[in-house]
Amino acid sequence: MDIEQLEIRQHMGHFAPFEYLGDEQLDRVAGAVEVGYYRAGSDILALDQEINELCYIRSGAVEVSRRGGQLFDRLVEGDVFGASDLMRNRRVRFPVRALEDSLIYFVPAELFEALRGENDDFADFVETGGVRLKATVDQHQHDNRTGTTRVRRLIRRRPVMVDADTPMREVARRMRDENVTCVLVIDNGGDHDTDNSPCHFATDDGVVHRLDGIVTDRDCCTRVLADDLDGTVPVAKVMTTQLVTARSEESVHEAMLAMLNHNIKHLPILHKRRPIGVLHLGDIMRHETRSSLYLVNTIFNQPGLAGLIRLSGDVTAAFTRLVDEGADATMVGCTMAAICKSFARRLLELGEAELGPPPVPYSFMVLGSTARDEQTVFADQDHAMVLDDSFDPEQHDAYFLALARFVSDGLAACGYPLCKGDVMATNRRWRQPLSVWQRYFRDWIEDPDPESLLNSAIFFDLGHVHGEAHRIEALQALIVELAPRNPRFLAAMARNALNRTPPIGLFRTFILEKDGQQNDAINLKRRGTAPLVDLVRVHALACGSSSSSTLRRLEDIARTQLLPEGVNDRLRYAFEYISMVRIRHQALAIEQGEEADNRLRPANVSSRERHHLKDAFEVLSHAQKFLKFRYPMPSSSGRRR
Amino acid sequence: MRDWPQRLQKHYRRWQWYRRGRLVSEWPDYLAARHNNCGDERLSRYFGAGTFDPRTPMEEVPLVALDFETTGLDPGRHSIVSVGIQPFSMRRIPVAQGYYRVVRPRRALSSSSVVHHRLTHSALAEAPRFDEVIGEVLERLAGRLVVVHYTRIEREFLDAAARHYLGEPLLFPLIDTMAIEAYLHRRPAWYQRLRGRRPASLRLHPSRERYGLPAYQAHHALTDALATAELLQAQMAWHYDPDTPVGALWE
Repeated sequence: MDIEQLEIRQHMGHFAPFEYLGDEQLDRVAGAVEVGYYRAGSDILALDQEINELCYIRSGAVEVSRRGGQLFDRLVEGDVFGASDLMRNRRVRFPVRALEDSLIYFVPAELFEALRGENDDFADFVETGGVRLKATVDQHQHDNRTGTTRVRRLIRRRPVMVDADTPMREVARRMRDENVTCVLVIDNGGDHDTDNSPCHFATDDGVVHRLDGIVTDRDCCTRVLADDLDGTVPVAKVMTTQLVTARSEESVHEAMLAMLNHNIKHLPILHKRRPIGVLHLGDIMRHETRSSLYLVNTIFNQPGLAGLIRLSGDVTAAFTRLVDEGADATMVGCTMAAICKSFARRLLELGEAELGPPPVPYSFMVLGSTARDEQTVFADQDHAMVLDDSFDPEQHDAYFLALARFVSDGLAACGYPLCKGDVMATNRRWRQPLSVWQRYFRDWIEDPDPESLLNSAIFFDLGHVHGEAHRIEALQALIVELAPRNPRFLAAMARNALNRTPPIGLFRTFILEKDGQQNDAINLKRRGTAPLVDLVRVHALACGSSSSSTLRRLEDIARTQLLPEGVNDRLRYAFEYISMVRIRHQALAIEQGEEADNRLRPANVSSRERHHLKDAFEVLSHAQKFLKFRYPMPSSSGRRR
Repeated sequence: MRDWPQRLQKHYRRWQWYRRGRLVSEWPDYLAARHNNCGDERLSRYFGAGTFDPRTPMEEVPLVALDFETTGLDPGRHSIVSVGIQPFSMRRIPVAQGYYRVVRPRRALSSSSVVHHRLTHSALAEAPRFDEVIGEVLERLAGRLVVVHYTRIEREFLDAAARHYLGEPLLFPLIDTMAIEAYLHRRPAWYQRLRGRRPASLRLHPSRERYGLPAYQAHHALTDALATAELLQAQMAWHYDPDTPVGALWE
């Protein structure tokens, strides 16, 4: 009789590298593990001890250190350790200690070796473990691996099964109590002649059941209520009998195709003909979008500020994980901005719940890098409120000030520092009705003054976060309408965009400046990405682009004749490259437990990177020269209005 | 008891006080006596394997977690429907050595217990009777110290089954993880009541939660045996030295 431990098998089947295994291989693993409990603080693997097992964390958390005792990594439920030592000389190089009470599964070395030989995905995972170890959680690495992820990994719970004669009322109650959207219908015993037909299965006690059908919540609606049946009708009369199922070792991709081909949302998953769960279309979607949406989802589930503050620790982790997985600058920027906006949105919801509904409608917008989707880990918060024109400062402002304070204090508590220039909704100037905002923009554009524009450039990158979007869109439309027609404004913006220049390049351990001076660090934001953003913004305003991200602005510009042939591509390359160096630099700092800043020391840059950076700075430098020439300050005659 | 290490004296006394009146160190003698005058060969072999000197440190004792699913709680009226056995040591639990059998109960199943452990009439009708597997079961328990969660079920049901099928009682020393939990959590009950707190739950899964052990699907005899083995490892890691004498823990 089959005595496999389902608990063990099911858990391991959810995590890499075991999720890559076939059902039979997974059975062998689940049958061979040994279990050990380690109290928080106790040693699991000591330095130089012999190691003959691959270790899998069933629950708890462990800390991996280097030989010298410095922290190397932290691992949690579902992670493995010891693989690299097993493959080298079976001596522990990285000692491991339990950080929390941990239950460890030990997989014997012989089986580990056998699996490496049999399964390429398994081998790839454990052999590249050195790199993978850096990402604390492996889950997000498989976003685009729908093709290879096995469907059982997405199963979260056992199926709810009912007998064929159960009345529908009872079925509906089970659905409610178990919080599921479908149940499987089984027939006990049945005739044993047909034991081998595909819908018969045996549970671990040897009973043969027949999987008869499935009933979904939609069936309750369309086949019971709509047909005027009452709750006593047996489920067998209502269920769908032509079952489409998938085997647990099929890929998520195959499962998805099966659902699409048959136009169904629920797919029972079988292991050795025994139903082990039901896959819902939503499970696949969640899996597909996991890395970008997981954290955001969690943010929206937080009932209070304390929960949000706790989550802010995950933001840095999400950032380093993205970088580790080789995400490009655009992806990192978008994701970090989305996370920041979600924090703001959730805080506004919480604020409204606390202070009551807003007295007049309003819109909340973010500005600067968050609006451009080019955020790194924790950018300064820049935001503003655009209120409905029925706003009366006497009556309503106290509410909006309180709300703005709630949000900005909340963001600060979550790690987004307050804006040093006070561009926040807490500032009365930036908490105004739409008509006032329109006046602001008119003033900035039609009567430009380089000095004042210097501080308001940030308002030309704006993005809607909460409340009605139409007010923000009205402002964007106003900018698109006015900016291209005002050469003086463009000239002033262009002049400001030239305030910050790139260095010539990096030389050995120094920054080579144009005047021959040598500095030992460079601020990649001030001297690289920021001037590029400024420069692209001017072109974008000139051609009436309403996009706010730099790359999308470049696309808009490419459709015009504004820039000479090829310049657009070079600018994009330069921007992506400098952003990426900056992001990687910050991720590295975070991993080493330092503050993430923008100051890059050339000593830490490889010679290849140095070369590319030099090229990127050169592109920026040329583009700045062109900007000066393209948007000259109009002669006084141009002031006529 | 006098030759116990000093620091354990207090502990030992407290332990005795808590469950005064229970059999403690007569176990080796009792098992030896049963070995000599036992009618059934299977029982005799089991008793022949003996037990441990009460002073043996826990870390040296081979253990075995035992769990029954039953048709009810009364050994006089209800019977065993499945057996889960998981040998282990203080360090490791080798899952491969797990043993699981469904057995046919002496009396009919009530439908409520079917829901409870998902064993249905037809499954049980084909299963062997308990006396057909008792040899296998005793073989796996022999030479190891049995660990259960809640002594009454396993001890009394096994005893009742042995009396019924073999005509002789079957008693042996046990470690009860529930009693250990009770000792740790229930003792200052008056104090907890004073502060308006509900006493901690001593059931298997709530107890496991206190040690950060994962939630398992309950009511499968082998899974519960594994769960009990893990719980004892956790209790030992938290509350006892590895050289705690086995006599301080068994019943």
